[in-house]
Amino acid sequence: MLIIKDLKASIEGEEILKGINLEVKAGEVHAIMGPNGSGKSTLASVLAGRDLYRIDSGEVKYNGEDLLEKSPEERAKDGLFLGFQYPIEIPGVSMVNFMKTAINEMRRHRGEEPLSASEFLKKMREKKELVEIDSSLTNRSVNEGFSGGEKKKNEIFQMAMLEPKLAILDETDSGLDIDALKVVAKGVNNLKSSENAIIVITHYQRLLDYIVPDFVHILYRGRIVRTGGKELALLLEEKGYEWVRKEEPAGNE
Amino acid sequence: MQNEQDQILSEVTSGEYKFGFYTDIEQDSIGKGLNEDVIRTISEKKNEPEFMLEFRLKAYRHWLTMEMPRWAHLNIPEIDYQDKIYYSAPRQKAKLKSLDEVDPELLETFEKLGIPLQEQKQLAGVAVDAVMDSVSVKTTFKETLAEMGIIFCSFSEAVREYPDLVKQYMGSVVPYTDNYFAALNSAVFSDGSFCYIPKGVRCPMELSTYFRINAANTGQFERTLIVAEDNSYVSYLEGCTAPMRDENQLHAAIVEIVAMENAEVKYATVQNWYPGDKNGKGGIYNFVTKRGICKGDNSKISWTQVETGSAITWKYPSCILKGDNTTGEFYSVAVTNNHQQADTGTKMIHIGKNSRSIIVSKGISAGLSNNSYRGLVKVLRGAENARNFSQCDSLLLGDKCGAHTFPYIEADNQSAIIEHEATTSKIGEDQIFYCNQRGISTEDAIGLIVNGYAKEVLSKLPMEFAVEAQKLLQISLEGSVG
Ligand SMILES: Nc1ncnc2c1ncn2[C@@H]1O[C@H](COP(=O)(O)OP(=O)(O)OP(=O)(O)O)[C@@H](O)[C@H]1O
Ligand SMILES: [Mg+2]
Repeated sequence: MLIIKDLKASIEGEEILKGINLEVKAGEVHAIMGPNGSGKSTLASVLAGRDLYRIDSGEVKYNGEDLLEKSPEERAKDGLFLGFQYPIEIPGVSMVNFMKTAINEMRRHRGEEPLSASEFLKKMREKKELVEIDSSLTNRSVNEGFSGGEKKKNEIFQMAMLEPKLAILDETDSGLDIDALKVVAKGVNNLKSSENAIIVITHYQRLLDYIVPDFVHILYRGRIVRTGGKELALLLEEKGYEWVRKEEPAGNE
Repeated sequence: MQNEQDQILSEVTSGEYKFGFYTDIEQDSIGKGLNEDVIRTISEKKNEPEFMLEFRLKAYRHWLTMEMPRWAHLNIPEIDYQDKIYYSAPRQKAKLKSLDEVDPELLETFEKLGIPLQEQKQLAGVAVDAVMDSVSVKTTFKETLAEMGIIFCSFSEAVREYPDLVKQYMGSVVPYTDNYFAALNSAVFSDGSFCYIPKGVRCPMELSTYFRINAANTGQFERTLIVAEDNSYVSYLEGCTAPMRDENQLHAAIVEIVAMENAEVKYATVQNWYPGDKNGKGGIYNFVTKRGICKGDNSKISWTQVETGSAITWKYPSCILKGDNTTGEFYSVAVTNNHQQADTGTKMIHIGKNSRSIIVSKGISAGLSNNSYRGLVKVLRGAENARNFSQCDSLLLGDKCGAHTFPYIEADNQSAIIEHEATTSKIGEDQIFYCNQRGISTEDAIGLIVNGYAKEVLSKLPMEFAVEAQKLLQISLEGSVG
């Protein structure tokens, strides 16, 4: 589904991603862990098409197509979803209007008719129940005045509404209480199928108790330096990043 | 990042002005220039009674003593008033008995603008007075309204048919001495709409005037007068467009509203004069004086404006709250893009006890434009318990445009409560990216964000026009991502 080959990207002349290689197949769940500033969000943003970053080299294939040449909205319409580490507030734009516009854009892209008002509201209701998000939130403007945790939940709600093929969740678990964490996991596990893939970026192995990953990658200074199963996350928890630092072969600086 | 933003910003505005066509129609116009003879000619051509000519001449003589106001945050090029034509009318038969006699070219023009003049094709519940260049072309639903005693006709017709009403109210809210452009208008105004709602009548449909500038080099000077008697109600809508021309055209209008006891008048404007091209060439200079007086107790006047057009806008729809318990409202969305300049706002003059006013101004600036809010809240000594609330927000797209707020407060009564809130925000690249990531294109994202921002004002427009106004906002900002 997603093949990243030797991807290098920089911002303002500074190289952040220094050659990423990653393959994600349909049906898989991948976790990416790594210390602050190692480039996790950068990778997610580059995949989503944020034009702040310059792609220096490498390629990314998404469902056989060149991902990097598509606009952010085309990528989204092709089923790529990014759960933002810091969701953005859009004052005055209601969640309902926002979601309706998004869903109908995607439907149009697939050659489907727009949802009728009642179909749309039904879907809203279903997904709201699924992710246990309060109507008082979905009746408000997009993320406006939401608490940190509410914003994260709202990302999961949007993911549930949009039903993406590939979801990249950037620290969606940070700042969540334990109940909310379970809800996030529920949202993710509900999406999980043999046709979809999920990449979760996280600092905490506790999320992986609820969302069991097939692969765990450690991103360190712009490179994936280790890949393993769930046990890698446990090892990391036990030993900390100091361990990766020590183990990193010389000459990688 | 800056570079990319600049690059996107400098991309050509793709939103073409939709109303830029020109109708080739036979015109009856007089030569360029302005003097007493020209004014006499205008008055003569319009078959006006003596009092009108006198009014015009007094205004003209006063205008000669005045100077163009320079206090607005506008860069107004020198205007050569002798280089303009002050009267131009589509030539048509002397008296129109039915629509069949209206020049088909004219009908077609208004069709193209989305304003069909055939009554059977009308938007349900909207009566239209169509004004092209200097004269009213056709007023619809006149007879239906007349049955209720409502007068809705062109200003010229009112001068001839209802001289007493005109004499009584014309200039009573905006005297010709008021300001430079009001004096000019009073001297040379050509037509406009007149509306009279008798006591106790609720006007059953939207009244609407559609102004169209067509001829080249011609100034448009129209006047609208609305009188709402005790316990009456009317909702009025004004729309404006003009062809695309390289030279700047002058528009100086006056609107006067009189609301008697318990009367309510809502006046909405969707101003979409040609704004000039993306390099700032051409466009309408829009100098307008709009003012209403809440004369009787418990009366209410509400101004709603969506200003997207014109190269220069100078406009302050105001309310004189003379009666007790009167209410004045001003809801405004002003969009400027490319090289447009707008200095707009309101004056709320509290005279009566318990008078209330609310001001909601939403400025949106993009491109290299400048957008200013200028407002005065004045509470006179006798205005016990006057209340005002003002909310003035500015939204910026990009960093080459300007937004300014000039709120003035003068309160001479201790009991007055005046609240003012102001915010400035930017449409962030991150907001747009967030929308993009949900599959929403940049143009649609701007539309969503801008309409969300202006929602409070747009919701005040009559339903039929709210949708149009929403589209207009989006179109005006196309290509101006910040
Ligand atoms: N807009 C920017 N301008 C300058 N530097 C940036 C920008 N965005 C990211 N960086 C830098 O790129 C590096 C990687 O940042 P990134 O946000 O990808 O880290 P991360 O792995 O997601 O960290 P965290 O765990 O704290 O979220 C950091 O050193 C950061 O300072
Ligand atoms: Mg991050």
